[in-house]
Amino acid sequence: MLGKLSLSAIPLDVPILVGTFLGVAVIGLAVLGAVTYYGKWGYLWRDWLTTVDHKRLAVMYIILAIVMLFRGFADAIMMRTQLALAYKGNPGYLPPHHYDQIFSAHGTIMIFFMAMAFMTGLMNLVVPLQIGARDVAFPFLNSLSFYMTLVGALLINISLFIGEFAQCGWLVYPPLSEMQFSPGVGVDYYIWAVQISGVGTLLTGVNFFTTIVKMRAPGMGWMQMPVFTWTAFCTTVLIMVSFPVLTVTLALLSLDRYLGMHFFTNDAGGNVMLYLSMIWTWGHPEVYILVIPAFGVFSEVTATFSQKPLFGYKTMVYATCSIMVLSFVVWVHHFFTMGAGANVNTFFGIMTMIIAVPTGVKIFNWLFTMYKGRVEFTAPMHWTLGFMITFSIGGMTGVMMAMPAADWILHNSLFLIAHFHNVIIGGVYFGYIAGMGFWFPKAFGFKLNEAWGKRAFWCWFVGFYLAFIPLYVLGLEGMTRRMNHYDNPDWYPWMLVAEVGAIVIACGIVCQLTQLYVSIRDRNLPENLDLTGDPWNGRTLEWSISSPPPAYNFAVIPDIHGLDTFHTEKQLGLKAHGKPLAPIHMPKNTSAGVFIGLFSFILGFASIWYIWWLAAIGLIGIVATMILRSADRDVDYYVPVSEIEHNEEVYSRRIAAAQAAE
Amino acid sequence: MAHEATMSPLAHADDHHGEHHESPNVFGFWLYLMTDCVLFGSIFAAFAVLRNQYAGGPSGKELFDLTNVGIETAILLFSSITYGFASLNALAKNKKMVLLWLAVTFVLGLSFVGLELNEFSSMIAEGNGPDRSAFLSAFFTLVGTHGLHVTCGLIWMAVLMVQMMGPQDLSERMMNKLACLSLFWHFLDIVWICVFSFVYLAGVM
Repeated sequence: MLGKLSLSAIPLDVPILVGTFLGVAVIGLAVLGAVTYYGKWGYLWRDWLTTVDHKRLAVMYIILAIVMLFRGFADAIMMRTQLALAYKGNPGYLPPHHYDQIFSAHGTIMIFFMAMAFMTGLMNLVVPLQIGARDVAFPFLNSLSFYMTLVGALLINISLFIGEFAQCGWLVYPPLSEMQFSPGVGVDYYIWAVQISGVGTLLTGVNFFTTIVKMRAPGMGWMQMPVFTWTAFCTTVLIMVSFPVLTVTLALLSLDRYLGMHFFTNDAGGNVMLYLSMIWTWGHPEVYILVIPAFGVFSEVTATFSQKPLFGYKTMVYATCSIMVLSFVVWVHHFFTMGAGANVNTFFGIMTMIIAVPTGVKIFNWLFTMYKGRVEFTAPMHWTLGFMITFSIGGMTGVMMAMPAADWILHNSLFLIAHFHNVIIGGVYFGYIAGMGFWFPKAFGFKLNEAWGKRAFWCWFVGFYLAFIPLYVLGLEGMTRRMNHYDNPDWYPWMLVAEVGAIVIACGIVCQLTQLYVSIRDRNLPENLDLTGDPWNGRTLEWSISSPPPAYNFAVIPDIHGLDTFHTEKQLGLKAHGKPLAPIHMPKNTSAGVFIGLFSFILGFASIWYIWWLAAIGLIGIVATMILRSADRDVDYYVPVSEIEHNEEVYSRRIAAAQAAE
Repeated sequence: MAHEATMSPLAHADDHHGEHHESPNVFGFWLYLMTDCVLFGSIFAAFAVLRNQYAGGPSGKELFDLTNVGIETAILLFSSITYGFASLNALAKNKKMVLLWLAVTFVLGLSFVGLELNEFSSMIAEGNGPDRSAFLSAFFTLVGTHGLHVTCGLIWMAVLMVQMMGPQDLSERMMNKLACLSLFWHFLDIVWICVFSFVYLAGVM
């Protein structure tokens, strides 16, 4: 009846997990209780959970990303603490079975549910506003994508308290992840969480590609598109080409596990190398999916806070597109040691070095943008400068490992761990936080606290170097990744330094939380309010409307005459277009996404535990909800002119108030 | 391109300014099909790697019955033609004929899936199931994924037929749905031609 599920699946014998569970339960009940106490369920359901508004979905994506950051970081600091302890006679406090789950969960959560969710959130918030659109091309699919991501995140976190998580790394390499060596439910949790969220990501890719191609404001040609939109566009292409490969790879692994097939098994002709090649065909583009939008953020931030147009807009676009294409011809560098032969490895080594060229172009573009500009050292600019230094170092160690001969020494060592954290934290994470600070006023109508933002930056920046430079040294000294215990006295001091680094990063996260708290507390102070909708003297269209924008974004769709039209018109003192207002056609909210998400959760959870009747209910529920949705004819409405006029009037009064205050 | 950009998040029935907006739905669905193409491409790649890994089991030459596969192919290709007739009648707003041709397409699609299931079950009954060898794993997965797509197409077709008889009639929205399903159906034909050539023909040669 309940498949593999029984009471013994709940790890009551692991005190860390019981404590975590109690903590999550208390916080969860407190949140639910507060929502009930203040009678906010109706508001939550109508205005947030069933919304198809890209700006609100963006906020929900970013909240999910921040929650997942806590989970992923908790895993990280537990690993560092284990290795600061587990030297010589001391076994540390994490037994290997638990430790292996932690490093697997850390990578999976940080990539799929922190970084991907954050990236999708920023794209949701910014892209439609930058191209002058009123929503994305498929608003309902956008809501569905969010729920797919959420369900994946829920599944992976439930594995903490019911059953176990995978113990074979964040990409679950076979044959270790095959039934023969991983008979538990851990790998199944991984597969279903990633598959379900992967569907959401794929839909996001299709959705935003269509949005950017079809819904740009009149006059906005390709070369008039803001750089962030360009980077989002390249990312959607990468998503559409690479995520199906991930889906297939994990589907084949599940067929091995569930139906006893032989794709990646040791026996009956299976081929483990096929898995490696396929997973990295997705995996390498994936890191560019994450970092390319971060490049877009840095471009917007640098240009705005240097008060100059971006240097080399066209080269920036071409560099982004080159990276997009090249990211598909470098995947073998993840397994030079597999034995593909000198010629193959040489090709992929050279391609990997070549991909550093367009990235270098970008770095110089940002530097030249700042050159002779009046740089305002805001918190987003701090993250951007920190990125330029950190990412350059990470890029150079990447080029070192692009040499197959060197990679044979460095493969699977802590040098590799240091390298990719160097680019992912220094590139992706710094970028997303810069973007969050930059666009926060647009989403909420008030700015984030600068002082706490800078404190957070310095903690992260210093903490990063303390935590990861020792890992480079340890890698060169021969320490491999995923070790639970060691005896080498040379490694011990470096491990202690890395632990200190992790603690400094923890302070950075505390600063970020404080920043959110202080900013919300002081949101009504005049210096924090964003009355004009243009707090940074911005260049692109999102700053031409009120903060937060109305549901339909633009009362009148602007005409675009060139790059940074909004900024040019502002300089010339041109007034609004004075086009007549017309009723605006908008999509209605829908609960279909919530229900499809709910049934996907049932399908995933039931399949993990082999509860087939429940899985059938989940599947039928998904199909039935989709059919009902496709029969629903009440999906849109018109915003009347009177409402638009009212909103516009409120906005002009706020602008007048802001001008009076100056 | 930019000048044609639609301003509406919902393109259907948005003729508010009397302009013609091309639906983003068909474009978006076409993009989805391209991702589906990558999906099939990946499975083809896995098949190409594993196609000679018989593990002592039977090869394609011993297993495949080209007559059966030939009939399947003919049925599926013919169902594309009948779908084409349904599309033409939809453009002519001839609902009855649309329903008739969709019904014919549905029956053809169903018999294709039936023949495929028959082939699968007889192979499994002889002990040559997907767990026999890597080659058979790849074979069942590739052909089965295509069959699963056809099955989804059939469910979709049935839903559209029922909806068409209801209030949606041959509305703009329904025409978009028919266009998307049409793309899907013809796409599956193309994939099948690849399956037929690279799996069955190359397996028997």
